Amino acid sequence: MSTTTPLLDVSGLTKHFPIKGGFPIRRTVGAVQAVDGLDFQVGEGESLGLVGESGCGKSTTGRLVTRLLEPTAGRISYRGQDITHASRTQLAPVRSEIQMIFQDPYASLNPRQTVGKIISGPMEINGINPTGGREARVRELLEIVGLNPEHYNRFPHEFSGGQRQRIGVARALALEPKLIVADEPVSALDVSIQAQVVNLLQKVQRELGIAFLFIAHDLAIVRHFSQRVAVMYLGKIVEIADRDELYGNPRHPYTRALLSAVPEATVDDVPRERIRLVGDVPSPINPPTGCRFRTRCWKATEKCATEAPPLVQAEGNKPGHLTACHYPETHEATVPAGRLAKDPGAAA
Amino acid sequence: MTSTEQQPFLSVRDLKVHFSTEDGVVKAVDGLSFDLAKGQTLGIVGESGSGKSVTNLTILGLHDRHRTAIDGEILLDGTDLLTSTERQLERLRGNKMAMIFQDALASLSPYHTVGTQISEVYRKHTGASKRESRTRAVEMLRRVGIPQPDIRVDDYPHQFSGGMRQRAMIAMALVCDPELLIADEPTTALDVTVQAQIMDLLKDLQQEFGTAIVFITHDLGVIADIADDVLVMYGGRCVERGTKQEVLRNPQHPYTLGLLSSMPSLEGSVDVPLNPIPGSPPSLLNPPSGCRFHPRCAFAEKVPGGLCSTERPALDVVDGRGSACHLPMDQREEFFADFAGSRHH
Repeated sequence: MSTTTPLLDVSGLTKHFPIKGGFPIRRTVGAVQAVDGLDFQVGEGESLGLVGESGCGKSTTGRLVTRLLEPTAGRISYRGQDITHASRTQLAPVRSEIQMIFQDPYASLNPRQTVGKIISGPMEINGINPTGGREARVRELLEIVGLNPEHYNRFPHEFSGGQRQRIGVARALALEPKLIVADEPVSALDVSIQAQVVNLLQKVQRELGIAFLFIAHDLAIVRHFSQRVAVMYLGKIVEIADRDELYGNPRHPYTRALLSAVPEATVDDVPRERIRLVGDVPSPINPPTGCRFRTRCWKATEKCATEAPPLVQAEGNKPGHLTACHYPETHEATVPAGRLAKDPGAAA
Repeated sequence: MTSTEQQPFLSVRDLKVHFSTEDGVVKAVDGLSFDLAKGQTLGIVGESGSGKSVTNLTILGLHDRHRTAIDGEILLDGTDLLTSTERQLERLRGNKMAMIFQDALASLSPYHTVGTQISEVYRKHTGASKRESRTRAVEMLRRVGIPQPDIRVDDYPHQFSGGMRQRAMIAMALVCDPELLIADEPTTALDVTVQAQIMDLLKDLQQEFGTAIVFITHDLGVIADIADDVLVMYGGRCVERGTKQEVLRNPQHPYTLGLLSSMPSLEGSVDVPLNPIPGSPPSLLNPPSGCRFHPRCAFAEKVPGGLCSTERPALDVVDGRGSACHLPMDQREEFFADFAGSRHH
């Protein structure tokens, strides 16, 4: 990344959801620490992938960046302007530049509105009248996302899941945004349709130069779409790097385990080794002290329980490859045999 | 068919499942045949609406009998399930055949403890006492890897995590040592690391008990991990079948090839766009004529005489391997190699 101001600069971003309890007076008795001190940047026209398992806080991060949620602490700046606690009026011009694509193409479109109305909605709200009129712009957008412009007056139920997601993309593009936050944009779609939407997003990103915060749990799709990738675990970024670095040289044990657990549709002659993670992700209400991954990590020591590892450039890493681990993995690192499973994908 | 050596444990012959709805007849399954031996896993792959789940609900007799027209034969160890009475089926379900579903939270009763739900199945089928069946429930929970099973047996489903609920459901399905287990997308709602745990568990249990497993999924990666044989479904029909190695390495049907080439992988080039299948899955109310895949097929034009849109291609199976496509076999290799060229690394 260049030294100029990044498009989006997030530092120390934290969101704790209070838990209310007690009787007769309800007090705050705890907090779900959904996101805890995130630092990352997204450059102009860049795509940053955010991966992690359910409950790791990746969706919350997306909602914080778009200011759909109010951060508990930290700072979000957009083009150098602090928008962490900006008011509605202050936010208005920024809002039109940051758009969102949602996961569920069935829930995110109003069933009573026509496609034309849905896509022109953002223009209406922001009082934008493009030359040639809104309808012409909507038809142009429909064409960009690969739908028939004649479908202007149709309703969402007349479209398939993949087509609906295209409508969602058209709506996000209506205001010519600079940054799109895409929260699991393809996970609700059939396999054969996913590739269509991924290709569309990629075309949009390249041709219109839009930056993406691409949130997904599917590591293969994130790899395909993002230039840089951040891996989250229990509210923290554990590793962030350029795509090829992260997938080719994972330094955090969790990244390594996660990559090894992805089932691949290939039948190998040599069995792939898979790291077995024991147990479940701990509760974000009461996360482990120190390193949050230590309860499932095969390398954990006393130090991991007392000291939270900072997100830094580990020894031997390329610049921009940051890892939050006291004992970063190396290529030759050995995983205890009890934690390994032979990948049965191999030819018997 | 081919398995001449021995009687297959589960045998489905020309199964047709049609629903009548207000809008017309939905041909959810339209002529499906397969065999499954003990200790083997059959992976059924297909997208939404391909008929994969309906097939398996029909095997268990969980379909709505008033609205469904069924034709064909389902033989479980020689017994025809389609002509069995509800009472006979009840004796088989949970005992000889069991099912695990995608959504464990919706499949467990929120009002009863996990232990009660597991031991109830055991008591019903074996007539064991309450105490015996509770011991059995604890043992099953231990076997599926629930920590402190003697304490967790009294927990309610909401006290379990997603992975643990799926384990509890597997425990419930296996409590009577069923010989056939039908797993309908059992890992789809789970994270990859937990998914890996559950698949390891199923494989271990299969080795121990010799269970025959029908594993339904949309994920070819999961198939590569768990299945022995694969059956690819499209629009209510089987379009391709064979061993896992055959189907994933040398797909014979354009749909299978399309699925494989549309998936991004963890290796290989990222600079080429993905190779999606155009269009969307067909409506089963009004399915395309001829080959149901022809409107989306990249090779339909290469077949002379527009055969793909007029005639249903036959599924010729030799030694368990076959595909339903009009494209001559010798041409497929050539066309497919060009098409998939970008994928191989």
